[in-house]
Amino acid sequence: MHPALSVIVFTTASGAGYGLLALTGLVFAAGGFASMPRGFGFCAIGLGTALVAGGLVSSTLHLGRPERALRALTQVRTSWLSREGALAALAFLPILGFFAGWVAMGLVDGPVRLAALAVALLSVATVHATAMIYRSLKPVHQWCNGHVVPVYHVLAAMTGALLLNALAHLWGAPSQALAAFALLACVAGAFLKERYWRFVDEYAAPSTPGTATGLSALGKVRLLDPPHTGSNYVMREMGFRVARKHALKMRRAALLLGFVAPALVAALLSGATATVAATIAPVPALAGVLAERWLFFAEARHSASLYYGADAA
Amino acid sequence: MTSYAKPSEGDRKLGLVIDLDTCVGCHACAVNCKEWNTSGHSAPLTDLEPWSRDASGVWFNRIHSFEAGEGPQGRTVHFPRSCLHCEEPACVEVCPTGASYKRVEDGIVLVNADTCIGCKLCSWACPYGAREFDEDEGVMKKCTLCVDRIYNENLPEEERVPACVSTCPAGARHFGDLGDPGSSVSRMVQERGGVELMPELGYKPVNRYLPPRPKSGGCGAGKAKALEPAIDTAALHPALRWLDRVLSR
Repeated sequence: MHPALSVIVFTTASGAGYGLLALTGLVFAAGGFASMPRGFGFCAIGLGTALVAGGLVSSTLHLGRPERALRALTQVRTSWLSREGALAALAFLPILGFFAGWVAMGLVDGPVRLAALAVALLSVATVHATAMIYRSLKPVHQWCNGHVVPVYHVLAAMTGALLLNALAHLWGAPSQALAAFALLACVAGAFLKERYWRFVDEYAAPSTPGTATGLSALGKVRLLDPPHTGSNYVMREMGFRVARKHALKMRRAALLLGFVAPALVAALLSGATATVAATIAPVPALAGVLAERWLFFAEARHSASLYYGADAA
Repeated sequence: MTSYAKPSEGDRKLGLVIDLDTCVGCHACAVNCKEWNTSGHSAPLTDLEPWSRDASGVWFNRIHSFEAGEGPQGRTVHFPRSCLHCEEPACVEVCPTGASYKRVEDGIVLVNADTCIGCKLCSWACPYGAREFDEDEGVMKKCTLCVDRIYNENLPEEERVPACVSTCPAGARHFGDLGDPGSSVSRMVQERGGVELMPELGYKPVNRYLPPRPKSGGCGAGKAKALEPAIDTAALHPALRWLDRVLSR
């Protein structure tokens, strides 16, 4: 599948934003940030919301008719894309309440905690809807499997935790529990992503040139002539191929940047260097997740490519 | 609405039956499809850079050619491919705006160009690559089964079939109601063992493909009568026998 930059940036940024909002909301609802200054709340909720909103704007760049984008909120009964949009829109209400209560009015209990909890729940639900868009596409074997949704959730939690850990350090209130959670998320992310890659390497897609043409009874089926001499939308959108050796290099880069580097700098250092390390940890993590998302598209093969010369989907 | 009523027993399921045995790969169906539809329901079928080497445009129907099998049993099969108007069209379910829909009355899958936002998700959900994005108009386009021909009372009755069917010089394309087991297309599918494409994905396509008929023995398999000697040289006059020997060298 063609790795569209707007979609890669959207899922990475909104994942980190919802991860940050969900963790901030959860810790706040449990009373964990009661003594933190309002400026911390401003930065945590503000950064989370900015990442989410920036991601949403980026995703509309992918549309052919962005001026009609609001129509996408109407088909929540069947469409995960519609559900994602509706949940994202709905989440802005408790985010506003959480921000107003904590940052503007300085309240840390009662209804503000309820709003914080709602932010956490809607954030997780929105990330889930994003993952389900891919999970439910049967023509793409590398997306339509049980490994996809857990990876989206854990990567959102990981990037969100690294951002929250950095903010806590910058406000002079480092938390061992938060650093431990971030470290755990890095380890879980690396594990789940390795498991995903092993799955896509080992299991072949159900569709072949034989099933795509219904000609398998005659023997091996291969394309002789494409329909036209030039390329077309389906070939450009669905026919993207990344060389195996490049993909393996990208996988190593994604692993090192996304999981190993942030785990090392965020959690293993202590003392004065800890703040610097925790602050820079989200940078390689987000770069790694961008590489991981690029690969998620580039390594995905669509069954329609079987009509254009692919020997496997 | 993208939530559609799944067709049940006895519902009309209009579609195509394509005979891969007789299709000669002439592309006439694709050309006539483009010709009709570029001024039809989903017009225009935009071509970008039409006069350049990189010409690229929207086609509802494309003809691929495959090789199937090895050695003497191998054969070339021309393979027209268009929307299969699936009974369970995921392209419709994933549409976030309701622009993609499946008609209850005949099962035709269409796109409303006035409400499509061009998110392209439907084209990702279609395993058959049947949907093509119009980059000029920013909306998705697809085969309409010539909905603007088949009910068109301004056309003579024999022309009320999809453009691809009306133009096929080999008679390889057939149009009808695949929901009616007694229709000519359903009987054809029954008799010839018509297949659906990628049944493993569960989209239940309505269109069917008739597989190439088994090969007959072929010219090398038996001694053809026409190749046997036409005359018995032993019975010839000696002078003619000599002439035959000289000419046969």
